[in-house]
Parts: sequence; C-alpha cells; structure tokens
Amino acid sequence: MPGKLKVKIVAGRHLPVMDRASDLTDAFVEVKFGNTTFKTDVYNKSLNPQWNSEWFKFEVDDEDLQDEPLQITVLDHDTYSANDAIGKVYIDIDPLLYSEAATVISGWFPIYDTIHGIRGEINVVVKVDLFNDLNRFRQSSCGVKFFCTTSIPKCYQAVIIHGFVEELVVNEDPEYQWIDRIRTPRASNEARQRLISLMSGELQRKIGLKVLEMRGNAVVGYLQCFDLEGESGLVVRAIGTACTLDKLSSTAAFLPACNSPSKEMKEIPFNEDPNPNTHSSGPSTPLKNQTYSFSPSKSYSRQSSSSDTDLSLTPKTAPYPQGPRIFLCPSSPSLSSGSPHLKKSCLLSESSLTPHHSSHISPVVLRKSVSFSEELLLAASGMGSGSAGKEGGPFKALLRQQTQSALEQREFPFFTLTAFPPGFLVHVGGVVSARSVKLLDRIHNPDEPETRDAWWAEIRQEIKSHAKALGCHAVVGYSESTSICEEVCILSASGTAAVLNPRFLQDGTVEGCLEPRLSWQPGFFSIGQEENLPAGCGFCHIPYDELNMPFPAHLTYCYSCRKQKVPDVLFTTIDLPTDATVIGKGCLIQARLCRLKKKAQAEANATAISNLLPFMEYEVHTQLMNKLKLKGMNALFGLRIQITVGENMLMGLASATGVYLTALPMPGGIQIAGKTPNDGSYEQHISHMQKKINDTIAKNKELYEINPPEIPEEIIGSPIPEPRQRSRLLRSQSESSDEVIELDLSHGKKDAFVLEIDDTDAMEDVHSLLTDVPPPSGFYSCNTEIMPGINNWTSEIQMFTSVRVSRLSNINLTNQTLNKNFNDLCENLLKSLYFKLRSMIPCCLCHVNFTVSLPEDELIQVTVTAVAITFDKHQAVQTTKTHVEKSLQRASTDNEELLQFPLELCTDSLASHPFSPAKEHLESASSNSGIPAAQRAVSVEKASPLTEGHFRQRSAPACANSTVGVVKMTPLSFIPGAKITKYLGIINMFFIRETTSLREEGGVSGFLHAFIAEVFAMVRAHVAALGGNAVVSYIMKQCVFMENPNKNQAQCLINVSGDAVIFVRESELEIISAQQPVASCQPACSGGEIAT
Amino acid sequence: MTNELDIFVGNTTLIDEDVYRLWLDGYSVNDAVGLRVRSGILEQTGATAGVLQSDTMDHYRTFHMLERLLHTPPKLLHQLVFQIPPSRQALLIERYYAFDEAFVREVLGKKLSKGTKKDLDDISTKTGVTLKSCRRQFDNFKRVFKVVEEMRGSLAGNIQQHFLLSDRLARDYAAVVFFANNRFETGKKKLQYLTFGDLAFCAELMIQNWTPGAVDSQVDDMDVDLDKEFLQDLKELKVLVADKDLLDLHKSLVCTALRGKLSVFPEMEANFKNLSRGLVNIASKLTHTKDVRDLFVDLVEKFIEPCRSDRWPLNDVRLFLNQYSASVHSLDGFRHQALWDRYMVTLRSCLLRMYHD
Repeated sequence: MPGKLKVKIVAGRHLPVMDRASDLTDAFVEVKFGNTTFKTDVYNKSLNPQWNSEWFKFEVDDEDLQDEPLQITVLDHDTYSANDAIGKVYIDIDPLLYSEAATVISGWFPIYDTIHGIRGEINVVVKVDLFNDLNRFRQSSCGVKFFCTTSIPKCYQAVIIHGFVEELVVNEDPEYQWIDRIRTPRASNEARQRLISLMSGELQRKIGLKVLEMRGNAVVGYLQCFDLEGESGLVVRAIGTACTLDKLSSTAAFLPACNSPSKEMKEIPFNEDPNPNTHSSGPSTPLKNQTYSFSPSKSYSRQSSSSDTDLSLTPKTAPYPQGPRIFLCPSSPSLSSGSPHLKKSCLLSESSLTPHHSSHISPVVLRKSVSFSEELLLAASGMGSGSAGKEGGPFKALLRQQTQSALEQREFPFFTLTAFPPGFLVHVGGVVSARSVKLLDRIHNPDEPETRDAWWAEIRQEIKSHAKALGCHAVVGYSESTSICEEVCILSASGTAAVLNPRFLQDGTVEGCLEPRLSWQPGFFSIGQEENLPAGCGFCHIPYDELNMPFPAHLTYCYSCRKQKVPDVLFTTIDLPTDATVIGKGCLIQARLCRLKKKAQAEANATAISNLLPFMEYEVHTQLMNKLKLKGMNALFGLRIQITVGENMLMGLASATGVYLTALPMPGGIQIAGKTPNDGSYEQHISHMQKKINDTIAKNKELYEINPPEIPEEIIGSPIPEPRQRSRLLRSQSESSDEVIELDLSHGKKDAFVLEIDDTDAMEDVHSLLTDVPPPSGFYSCNTEIMPGINNWTSEIQMFTSVRVSRLSNINLTNQTLNKNFNDLCENLLKSLYFKLRSMIPCCLCHVNFTVSLPEDELIQVTVTAVAITFDKHQAVQTTKTHVEKSLQRASTDNEELLQFPLELCTDSLASHPFSPAKEHLESASSNSGIPAAQRAVSVEKASPLTEGHFRQRSAPACANSTVGVVKMTPLSFIPGAKITKYLGIINMFFIRETTSLREEGGVSGFLHAFIAEVFAMVRAHVAALGGNAVVSYIMKQCVFMENPNKNQAQCLINVSGDAVIFVRESELEIISAQQPVASCQPACSGGEIAT
Repeated sequence: MTNELDIFVGNTTLIDEDVYRLWLDGYSVNDAVGLRVRSGILEQTGATAGVLQSDTMDHYRTFHMLERLLHTPPKLLHQLVFQIPPSRQALLIERYYAFDEAFVREVLGKKLSKGTKKDLDDISTKTGVTLKSCRRQFDNFKRVFKVVEEMRGSLAGNIQQHFLLSDRLARDYAAVVFFANNRFETGKKKLQYLTFGDLAFCAELMIQNWTPGAVDSQVDDMDVDLDKEFLQDLKELKVLVADKDLLDLHKSLVCTALRGKLSVFPEMEANFKNLSRGLVNIASKLTHTKDVRDLFVDLVEKFIEPCRSDRWPLNDVRLFLNQYSASVHSLDGFRHQALWDRYMVTLRSCLLRMYHD
C-alpha cells in the first residue's frame, strides 16, 4: 500500500435550488477514487451546506494515484426518486505526489456540470501520505516532475538535459460507443471527461517511467494533446524533454543566507534579463568540453528504452497515400528526406503517390517561385551526415564529434524546449518540418497502438534526417500536431535543426554535474580558444559545410564577428536566445492561406490533400518571406505553421516573430517586376506599387526602430562566390533522385527580392502584402515569450482568449475570396484585440497563439490566446540605444580581456540586454556562484544607478496592485515584476460543455463565452487550492466547438494546461530584504550554498 | 462573411465604464454603438465600426452574465467565474443600483407590485428613461424591498450589508423602501416640486424618530413601519387646538417671542390658529392609513402653501417653527411634552426642507 489518500468535504456554497417547492436543496457528497466511494451525510434544506465530514481515507497503489482523478459528486437527496446530480469536481492529485510541490490541496472548487456549467462551489481538503516504494519493477513514476514550461523552470537549474520522451495511449471514444445511444448526454460527457482524465494520468505515468529509466527527474516542455479521431478512437499523446533538474532555493531571497541577501536584492535592477545566465554564454564556448573527460564510446543503451519502433519496422504502416514530406527553410537552412535509408522506408507508402508531385506543379507557380529567389526544398538530394565535419578547423570537428556521439545514441535527438541554458545552443541550422497525411482506421487493440506510434516514428525519423542534412545533430523547439477531418488526418512535426553543446547532454558524470556551476570560475576559461565568439551571433553561424551545402544559400560573413558565415535569413521555431543581439523591436508576422479542395472520400481525399500540401507550404513560406522583408527584418523566431484540413478546403496559418539580428546581413528590399514592359500605364502602375512597397518598408523600419549601423562592404568581406544562383526550386521524387528539377532564374540584382507580377494572382498577393495594418501606436505584438527590444515590463498583465467563428458566404468561393476572407478575419480579430486592450497602452501582446479549425463546411474558427503586458515606454528608449553600441564594443573586446574581467562582461551584458523583463535572479546568483564574494561586490557597485532608480520607481505601484485571492494566468513562463518561488505541479484539465437550450443561453457566443470563463475559473480554483497564485505557460490546447442551431444545441470541448506556481512581487521581496540585517560578505561562503 | 461567434474572455474581466453606463441606461447594442461612434472613439483609436460593434456586443454579453450576480451582490464578491478587482466590483454594484431622479419620483410611494410594473411604459415615456432601465430600477427597488422588508436592525444598515452599497446609496434605498411600505402619496401635482432628496430627507427623519426602532432596536420591521402606538398617542395632541384656552395661550407665547423678529409677523399672527390646527390635525389623523398616505399632501396644503402664499421667507418659517414647538413646553396644562417633541422635531425639519419653490 504505497499511498493513503485522505479527503475531507468541508462545505458548499451558492448551490442551485434543487427543490422548487422549498427553494432549497438537500445536498450530500459522494467522494470516489478508483472503485471506492464514500458519502457524506445529507445536509437538509440549505444552499450553503456545512458538511464538515470526517477524513475519507483511500488506500491505493501509487500507480492508481497517478492515473486516477479524485472524483467528487454533489447530489441532491430525494426520498422518493433518484438523487439528482448537481455537479462534479475532478481533482488531479498528481501535484501531491512529489515532495517539492504542493503538500495539501484545500480550497473552494466550482461544482461543474457538463449541461449546466458551474453550479456553486465546494470546499474540499485533500492530502496524500506516500510511503517509499523500493520495488524496482514498479509501474509508477511518482516523483517525476512535469512542467509545461518550454525552458528550464525558474527555480531550477539543469544538470543534464537527457532528451526526448514521448508516449501515446489510445482508447475508444465513449461518444462513439453503442451505449451512447441510450445514455444521457450528461453521462456520455462525464464518461469522456473521466476517460481522458484517466488516459492523461496513465500517459504521464508512462512518460515518468521513461524519464526514470533515463535517470532524469523531470520533464520540461511537456505537451500533451488529444486527437479526437471520431469512430476510430481517442488518442492521447505527449512529448517532452527529460531533464535532471537541481532545485535552486525557492526561498533564498527570504533567508538571511551567508551571502548578504541585500546584495542579491540590489542586483535585481540590472539583472532583469529573462535568463540572467546569459552572461556566461559569451565565454562558455564549446572548447570547454576538452577540459573534462568525456568518452564518446560510452554506451547510451538506456536511451533506447524510449524507442517504440525502429523505422525498419514501418511497413506495417498504412498503405495509404502519404503526404509528401515537405521541408521548408529560410534561404539558408533546410532540406529534407535525404538519407538513403529513410528513403527506402518511405518507399512503400509513398510510391503510389509520387507521380502526382511533379505533374501537378503549374508553370505559374514555378516561375513565380523562382523569381522569389528563395529556396524551397521538397525532398532533396541530401548530403550525408558525414559531410559536416570538413570545415571549421579541428575544434569544430571535435565539438561535432562529441555532440554527435552524445546525440546519435538517441533515437530522436529532439528537445521540446524553446529557450535554453546559456551555452547550450551552439548553432542553429533552420526550420525542419515534416507532414504526412494518413487515413484513420479503427484502433483494434487499444493496448497496442502500433499504427499511431509508427506514424509518428516515421515523421520523427524524417525530421531527424532533415536536421542531419543541415549538419545538425539535434532538433530544438520541437513540436507535433494533428489536424483531423472525417477520416483523414494530417500529422505534422516541426522544429529547429541545431548543434548543441554536449556538456548538458551527458550522463551524470561528476564533471557533467559540476560543470554548469563551475562555469563562472575565472580560471575556468581555457586559453587559446580560436573560436571565442562574442555572445549574440554564435548561434547564427551556419552549422553546415559551406562548400558542400545542402542547398544553395546566400552566405556572408557574420556582421557581428566577421569570422563565421551566416545565412541572409534565419527561420526558427525557438524563442530568441537571450544573448542574441537585435536591433529595434520585433513584430508578429503571419502568413495566411486557404486552398479549396474537392470533397472526396477516404483515399481520394487523402491524395488530394497530399497534392495540395506542398503548394500550401510553399506559399506560406513565400508570404512569410515577403512580409519579413517588408518589415525590414531578417529573422523569424517562434515559427509555427499550422495546416488545417476541412471538408472542402485547407487552411494554412503561420505565425512568427520577426526581428532584425545584428549578425545577419541587412535584408534587401522588395522589387516588383512587370511582365509587359511596353505597356505604359502598366509600367506606371508597377512603379506606383513599387513606391508603396518602398514606403512601407521605410515606415516599418521607423516603426520598429530598425536602424542598423552602416557597414562598408569591404569589412564584411566578399560574399561567397557560389550563391550567384540564389533561387531555385528543388524537387525530387523519393525513389528517383535523378529526376530532380532544378530551376534557377536568379535575378541579376543581388539584394533585391523580386516579385514578378504576371497575373492577377500575383497582383492579389502584392496587395494582400500591403493590407496588413501595423498595430496602433503604443501596441506591439509577438508570438514569442518576450518582445525583442522591450525590456521594461511593468506588472500589469491580462491573459485572454478570443474566439471567432465565421461563416463563408458559400456561393462561388474562389481561392482569392477565401484568402481575403481569412485574412480579414485574422486582421479584424487583431484589431479588436488592440481596441479592447487600449487602456493598457503602452503594451505588448506576447505569445500570441492563433489556432484555426474548420468545424464545418463553411465555418472557419479562429482561436487566439495571448497575454497583454504593459511596459514603461519612457525607459525603453534609453536602453535600446545603448545596446547596439555595447554589443559592438563587446564584439571587439579581446578574448584575453574577457577572460580577465569576466565580471565586467557580466554587468555589460546585463545592462545592454534589449529585453529583460524583470525576472528571476536566483539563477543568476547561483550561476555566479563560482565568483568569490568580494568580486561579486564589485559587480554590484558597477550597477548603473540609473537602472536601479527606474526599477524602484516602477516597483512602487506594483505593490499596491497585488490583491489577495487573485490568480494570474499567463502563457509565458514568467510573471513580469515578480519572482516565481515555487512550482506546485502541472495543471492539465479537460472539460466538456453541452447545451440543449442554446438560444436561452445567449446563442453560440453566450454559450462559449460562459464556458471559457468557467474554464478559467476552474483553473484558477485548482491553482488557488494548491496554494498558488498564478499559472504560467498556460495554453489552451484544444477548443473544439460544434453547434446545431436548428436543434438549439451546441457542444464544446476544451483542454488547457499550465504550471501552477507561487510568485512573489519583486517589490515585496525588496521590502523583505530591506528588513533583514545586511550580512557582511563572507568570502568563504560559496554561491552554491545560497542556492540551497 | 459573417461572424457567427465572436467572443473575448480575459482572465481579469474587462469592464468598460462607458459601455456599462450605456448598458445600464438600457440602450440596445446598435444604439450604444451609435452613441459610441458619436463620442468620437473611432477617431481617437483608429478602430472601425465593426470593431466597435464587436466590442460592444462583447461587453453587453459580459454584463448580461454579471447581471444575475448583481442581483445578490455578495455573490459577486464570492463567485469564481469572473475575476474582477474589488474596486471594479464596487463600481459595478454601485452603478447597477444607482437610479434616475426622474424615475424614482414617479415610483416613490407606489406599491412595488406587478400593477406598477405595467405602468413602467408610461413612466418611461414621461421621464425619457428607457423602458429597460426603468425595469432594472424598478426591479432593484422591489428586490431590495423584499430582502429587507421583514428584517431586524437598521434599515439602511441591512441594505448596505445585503447589497454592498455605499452609505449614501443605502440611505436612499432605505427611503425608497420606507416610502413604498407606507405608500406615501408623492405623485400629486402640488407635490411635484419636491425632489427625491427632499423626500429621502424626510424619510430618514421619520425612520429615525417615528418607527418602532426609534424606541426599541430589537423589534421586527423596526424601521419600515411607523410606530403604531406613537400614532395612536398623537391623538392626545388634539387638545392643543381643541382647547380654546390652550390654543390662545400658545399663540400669545409664540407672538410675544417673535414680535419684531419676523418680516411676516402680521400674517403669522393672523394665520396662527389655522397653521396650528393644520399641524395638530395632521398628527391626530395619522391613525388612519389613508391619512398617513396623504401626509405630504396635507403638509403642503395645510402649512407650506399658506406660508408660501403669504411669502414667508425661509428664515421666518424656521423661527416660527422653532418657537411654535418650543412654546408648548411652557403650556402648563399640556402633559404630552415628549410626544410633542417626537412629533414636532421631525416635522419641523421636514417642513423646513420642503419649504422651497
């Protein structure tokens, strides 16, 4: 009996009237866990019953503890007929299962009914007594921590990042079982809610087991999704990154630790960087790896435990048409399904389809694509993985070897993280993505979900080989998604190919453990680093071999260090690395696209979709590129391309945050070329358009404050000769690579991006480019965690979800009208958001997350979740000015100097960081740990009084704002102006709401508005009951809405998740610290102790 | 392309004060959009009409959902669905329960029943307050009335506790409840000049002095009904006018004291007996419900109008009433001094407040 669960039902309030005669309710409560049920007494005739029950005790396996939710049902006692259910509360007790999280769940929970919504509240107390289980064959994985946050959580440090973990479980969907015909909608909904709750518990437990096998203790970037496959079942799948995390003291700030706490506090003003560790990134070059022992031959056999299928087994997979594997990249990076062995595996499934590919490419598209001078590679004559080692001198080769050996042992060297510990990310190759179209069939044996596993394994394998072709061993910012319509399912995976520093990936050797902590010891930096890159540009340097590039790219020497080659544009799925130097501010860039598709059945449908996909991807990519140029920027972060399939159309929506990276060359303009030069009026029109475009670019540069310093050509060095041919389209059929079509129509002018207007289509495109209206002044938006170029967040945040469903006026839909409609829908939605939040100006919409679905024939549903954060406009101007200078200055600093005055670098980088929402400081304190206290004092003195002053001024109102009982929600991993002191556990909730009185509930809008508000309320209640005051990394993963207005019915399913945390306002921290006596510095005290 | 569904849900519920006011004022979404457009908001923000329409709809929907909670304000504080900062909650409640002067003057003293509700159409036309707003205000009155009607303790205090209103608004509601319960006639033409403020002032004094609660703070309905015993006792005052000697003595005392101090002394002297008879008769008739209802009509007819027709300045009225009530203490044959004070202190203040054009 490894666990005892104890539950006490205290009271209820605001219960609904269940007895019309007396206007009162005779309520009692059933508490169920597993198969055991307890009941409270009936509390007669009250809407605010006080049960004050005894402790109900459940003695259960920890396996059940992990899988089962605690189910609390409130009922109305009826003497003569069946008791009426008032509603239920499901409580996930997982947070109580690991020691560092919550110890008790206690609070008011909304009583929820799937038909009536929230009906009053109930006060419950839940505790768990856990006994140690030494059974090594155990099936539970209690103690493994889960985080939705896609970076190392704030009060932890990563000792080792083990890598990818994934799992999926399959079941029949209760909604489609025969019994559903005879049971009530309520019973059916509850069966579904319960099943999904069970399945996610099981999934989490299984993932936990894998983590334990890898000797990790946590999963970071945990993403769990549901695929409602209808008749064929219900799939719950999850991916994450296994890590070994070390807890930094959550309360260090409160303790009069040996290192003066007041000093720690004082550091706050200039430590506002989101990831203060950055300052170590400069010197933390990969050469360090040589300093400790690392045996490449070391076997990573345990990793293989996480594998499910080897690719060679895939023939089992469906004999259905499979989507062309597409793989997009910005001009530099990318290419796809290269490696021969992969090709073979794909052969079976793809062969039936392949002939379509080439024949369907219309000449128009090709010509256009070519003149766009960009690279799109749809399966390519890849380069082998071995080619990478050729360049870059011995060091790079060594690094590569090490990383490679560390990573190649893993089946999938993937990381769901989007932000990394400093030094982790060495180079970024570009976006890699793969999609595949599958036909769903019934899952016959839920215990052996082989097909689904195989499908994903296939896609992952493909991603892996794409990354390899880019000279990268790993994929970061990795995510997976599906889109299902009837029996067709598009599986998508994407990530960013990258070269990683192996030191975080190692096994738990002594060196590996200590290394991150030691990184600040001044003596640690070895001499003679030929590649001591200035922070902020290293990750842009190409990881692939420039002489043997996987695709033609336009390379130049890095604009920061002038030593390494960089591409002209960089697309990634990760957040902007904290050490990256950018100019100006970033902005949200979206590409939106619709394509009509004939209605078809099964295989024909899948084939049609497969044929459309490459064009969709291509156009989405083109749009992104055009819009990026129009903004005068050169890199995209947080790129997320969503392709949604509907009955009669496909929709593509790509969102990313554009920035101007200092390391990359200045983007050329966009040039319009007419088709018929003789026509005078046409010419005039073209030049008019050209002028408009140029104006827009100039305006955008001003708006986003992009004013890079002019650098004479000579310094940059001659461009690499090869990329004359900048644009070409490569396409190959998987089995016959000699059929590669290469088109090269590179325009004479090197820098200009040419749009050729040869038909109305192209005209539309240009027009649509110009229709995107910039946000009103005082507003910025991005889809990454933080806005590049804004570093002075104030504490006001407002998370919101907005949903719109539009009905297309059906007749004569064309791609153009569809595109326009979709574009308008998204633009109007954004405009509405700006208007609604106008009282928060100046503010930034962060983590803007659009989701598109096509619930019915002519319906488009767009769901947006984001957070608006206010910032101090005044201060922004000052900081952005300095950072360019500083980064340049830093670039020119001699290596030796860096080594001798690491602290200078430290303050420097902090002060110059363009974005630094007030954030965690403990980490920085601990990462500084190697520095003797005396030196730390120096760094404190160097703090600019200016920054400090601003901080104080800013923190004053923050204090007044904090109210008791408020639970903040944010999709970000941090809370501006506050410090997360404790992670309480993961929140993962699934709700169904249904109504048969849609009109009475205010129509579809009223129904969904109320439901989303209720979901928020239930999330907040759970967080509050755990003792928390915020949810970070909150995400609404699913919002499936179905309506039938004729029957006055509607149903909605919502799945949300996030991390429950306790945060403390920095202003409050300051007060606490001020009250404490200022302890004198004790040189003997190592920083490691502060952290504990 | 039309938006079938269009919602915005914030973790903190967004409340737009301007839209809230429009909603409370009973404007339809379209009218509200029109009014907002006229306020120049489009120019200020660069938004489009469509955006404004969507925003207004959204706020209206939110208010509609909040309305259920606003009916029992403590629920708004404890509910979990809408996260609203306390200051905003207070604003929502206060504004929801605020009422229009024009409207309240129409309804004050009427029975808060279905019958009256049917008349809201006419009231709406007459006052220019939208029917929707009239309904809300009427329902508020009725709701508050129902909750506090049979409650012990201070009327205003109960209202404040159960509806979380500000002190000022709670006292206004106390007046509304008091008037509704006693059905005082306030709608007569000659009473039209009285503002709600005048009447609420009178109600407050009457609650303080003329209800059972004035003598015993532990009785049911203590603040809502007039003290029956007190009304019965008031008959005893009749002797002041019925006894000729007493009346003459009273008059001479008052006249002696005020000679030279009033600009309208001759008029006062001539009218003394009429005025005194009026005031005392009002007191002695208060045992009849009908006469209670007509209290304000009588006060105006019997006292205010005569004075006004003789152009008494307010100060003279004050001097007269002070002397009039004080002189009674010097009447040896009169034994009901306490009763007289309880009656006259309140009445004097009421009359002074009501004495204006």
